[in-house]
Amino acid sequence: MEYFIQQLINGLTLGGMYALIALGYTMVYGVIQLINFAHGEFFAAGGYVGAIALAYFAGIGYMDSHPVICLTGSFMIAMAYCAYLAVGVEKIAYKPLRKQSRLAALLSALGMSIFLSNGMMLTQGVYDKVYPGELFQGRFDFGMVTVSYLQIMIVSLTACLLVGLNLLVFKTKIGMAMRATAQDKTMSALVAIGSNKIISLTFAIGAGLAAAAGIMYGLYYGSVKYDMGFVPGIKAFAAAVLGGIGNITGAMIGGLIIGMVEIFGAGYISSEYKDVFAFIILIGVLYFKPTGIMGENIDDTRV
Amino acid sequence: MIQEFKKVWKKYTIGMLWLLGLLWPMLGIHADGTLTFQKTITVWSYIVAGTFVCLLIYITKASGSLKVIMDPISRVTGNIKNATSALPTWVWFTALFIAALFYPQLAGRYGTDVAINVLLYICLGLGLNVVVGLAGMLDLGYIAFYGVGAYTYAVLNTVYGLGFWICLPLSAAFACLAGCIVGYPTLRMRGDYLAIVTLGFGEIIRIILNNWMTLTNGPNGILGIKPIGFFIPVFENGFTLEHIWIKKLQLFYYFALALAIITAIGVQRLNISRVGRAWESIREDETAAELMGVNTFIYKLLAYAMGAIFAGLAGAFFAARMRFVSPDSYLFIESAMVLSMVVLGGMGSIPGIILGVVALVALPEVFREFESYRMLIFGGTMIIMMLFRPAGLIPAKRMGTRSEEKEG
Repeated sequence: MEYFIQQLINGLTLGGMYALIALGYTMVYGVIQLINFAHGEFFAAGGYVGAIALAYFAGIGYMDSHPVICLTGSFMIAMAYCAYLAVGVEKIAYKPLRKQSRLAALLSALGMSIFLSNGMMLTQGVYDKVYPGELFQGRFDFGMVTVSYLQIMIVSLTACLLVGLNLLVFKTKIGMAMRATAQDKTMSALVAIGSNKIISLTFAIGAGLAAAAGIMYGLYYGSVKYDMGFVPGIKAFAAAVLGGIGNITGAMIGGLIIGMVEIFGAGYISSEYKDVFAFIILIGVLYFKPTGIMGENIDDTRV
Repeated sequence: MIQEFKKVWKKYTIGMLWLLGLLWPMLGIHADGTLTFQKTITVWSYIVAGTFVCLLIYITKASGSLKVIMDPISRVTGNIKNATSALPTWVWFTALFIAALFYPQLAGRYGTDVAINVLLYICLGLGLNVVVGLAGMLDLGYIAFYGVGAYTYAVLNTVYGLGFWICLPLSAAFACLAGCIVGYPTLRMRGDYLAIVTLGFGEIIRIILNNWMTLTNGPNGILGIKPIGFFIPVFENGFTLEHIWIKKLQLFYYFALALAIITAIGVQRLNISRVGRAWESIREDETAAELMGVNTFIYKLLAYAMGAIFAGLAGAFFAARMRFVSPDSYLFIESAMVLSMVVLGGMGSIPGIILGVVALVALPEVFREFESYRMLIFGGTMIIMMLFRPAGLIPAKRMGTRSEEKEG
């Protein structure tokens, strides 16, 4: 039982990170029907910028005196950086292709993914970049179950971000504009919603969330690497599809499911095949409900 | 006119400033608490200089200032085009075939090696073309079938000692089986759901190859696979058959060439057959195709199976050539590469795909000296190609416009 609860907590931590990345996929898909393959790279870039910022704060000796401010600052910097990156990427690589076939945009995204991850390799080196490790060393012990401060921080911050996003999308005017653009671009343009601005904003928000996940990942596993965006990226994409792509609540649920399945599969069945379980669940769910858990029926979408 | 170029320069300036802001945090902030600008500015100015020259050339060309030079060139190319289009297609094919036959004599060992790679990728690209180009299903895990084919030959050869020619159909059969297993549950899905599920299946197959120690020897791969062997008649002491192993690179090249030609002919025949038309109708509008009496499920499964068979054949050949297989050859990036070749060349067009393969295999080889930059260049080229030629280098002639694209 203790083991089960322990795994549940680990799964919640990992699932939260997947959910944050999956949101970017699903929001971008919602507004422009593009699988943004470069999204995993936003996640990795967030991890890198977070590492750089934290190391800089440690270097000027701020870390020991004000750890919370430093951490908050790093999150802000990384999220802003990735939002800035994503907006530019969208303008350069996706916007000119909006009228073209979806495969062309998909390949452009794939090229952008390769370009960005190699760009990070060239500027930051091939080797792992180690995160400053002194943060959040403490932990609570409940009998056999241990919860580290870091896990609490990750889970609570993820929850805050998810709630914040939900409020933004479902309760504000901007969110309403985003949903309108996702439903029908022409119609929303007629009621004076600038679709370009909304698309940029969607990219910025999605990349910001991915950047937050990147720092969490770096803190949790201790290091970041230039190609680390790939595997969490496709798992998060799987999570977005599992929840029903284009659906924000679905992406959150899908992320949690994928994270849980991975942790429980690794814990109870076999750690070597942990990546397989996530995909098997995905395929199983899609077999019985081809549009995902929360997805509505899409009639005629093809390649 | 002037106004238009003003816009271009404005965009360019904004883009470069954006890049500067992007580069500085990565290059200028150091762990010891110092901030530097030197390196960022250097790297940035190189990029600015390079892109500035490209843009300048582009603008002078667009504004017509280069007309003096371009006019004679375009006249010459126009003349060549007129002269060549008068020739029937078979002349081209014969010329290409003869060039391919004599290629290993002219190229060195390295050139032949690259050419074999090109031929194998042509097989893969044409196979994927059946799934993506003809039937219109996005498959992101295609390389797994290649892996299944290669491992089938590797295992059957090293464990059971079966020869290449028996294993070749078996590889195709196993790959076909894998294709059907993947295809059966996924064909109810459409579009992007299909994409992620095929990606997932590809990863599952790779992970299984990586972890099933007793059968596949895990990440270490399988060593000591026998090359292709065959009998040649010898007339010295009467008539006997002598068994030889193909170890020379040139002979491998001819086998790869034969395989590629067979694949190309097969795909071409499929394309113009009743089956090909059924696929095309599914691609254009699945609901309408079903209404017209096309059994969409069977034909989609068939597309998967056919694609997998071509990949399986190429896989068996790959195993025989490398004499070593390991799961690292079947990563997602390989699937992405093959897909890029198909889309870059022009979906559904066989000459286009061949050109796409040559471009994408040759490009990293050309930039081999800039080892660490070549994937960067590769990614950048992909984006630029898609921006300027989204339909591919040689677009297929029969490709219709899909309803959703018309709507824009």
